[in-house]
Amino acid sequence: MTSSSASATSSAREAEQSVTNRLGLWVFLATEVLFFGGMFVAYVIYRHTYPEAFRAGARLMEFGLGTTNTAVLLVSSFFMALGDRAARAGDRRQLRRCLLCVATLGVVFLGIKAVEYHSKFADHLVPGPDFSGTRGPLEIFMTLYFAMTGLHALHMLFGLGAISWLLWRNAGGRPVPVEPVAMVGLYWHFVDCVWIFLYPLFYLPGR
Amino acid sequence: MKASRDLLLVLAALLALLALSAASTLLPPAPWKTAAGLAIAMMKLAVIALYFMRLREHRGLTRVFAAAGLFWLGLLAVLVLSDYLTRGRLH
Repeated sequence: MTSSSASATSSAREAEQSVTNRLGLWVFLATEVLFFGGMFVAYVIYRHTYPEAFRAGARLMEFGLGTTNTAVLLVSSFFMALGDRAARAGDRRQLRRCLLCVATLGVVFLGIKAVEYHSKFADHLVPGPDFSGTRGPLEIFMTLYFAMTGLHALHMLFGLGAISWLLWRNAGGRPVPVEPVAMVGLYWHFVDCVWIFLYPLFYLPGR
Repeated sequence: MKASRDLLLVLAALLALLALSAASTLLPPAPWKTAAGLAIAMMKLAVIALYFMRLREHRGLTRVFAAAGLFWLGLLAVLVLSDYLTRGRLH
């Protein structure tokens, strides 16, 4: 085998690997859609059953913080896409900058979420024996709020772990991690998309 | 930065959609607003999937895989809600 045909074979193999990685990650995301999907369907059922409690519950949310957090995630997705492009261009420094921006925005998002959670705990709006609101349907709304945004925040934490891993992989010596950046990028964008639906369901009703 | 102008435009579109969603709260509450909020969310999802998740370039099988998740979710929603949302109306 000549060296040029060997390199052609190897680049064909890499392209094939890239397609396989991508399809595999989309399958994983499909399972994630269903993971969150069950909760979204539960939300629809309860909102249909208790529309007034859901409007009252949404009015307890900090609308400004929710809107800010949506913007934070959208900008973080932009930097992830920019980083993906930098990785494919082999631009290690630009990739590092982008990943640091994504990680910072991810931490800002979780920080704002923590402020919101704290005020709910302080106001005794966490379902349980100390619940200060009207018992019943409002508690169902708050349970769904904590379950869905909590599961989303957990995904953000995993995402931040993956971004840290990419920063470590990108730190000199080894080739630019093109495929890992693409895979983590798809996951990060997916988590962003989940929040995009949580925002109108928890912050907008009754306003 | 010139090469990333397209991505900046996508970000601007996403933030404009968010502003539209947030601005809807200035109008008096109405039942159609939830539908409008979800429609805007769908648009954001489409923009992110096409441009950030690169489904515009990756056609064919990748799109089938991406659509599969939404298809199964649709099936789950339709079959569950066709029960709950019609209860009490069939007597």
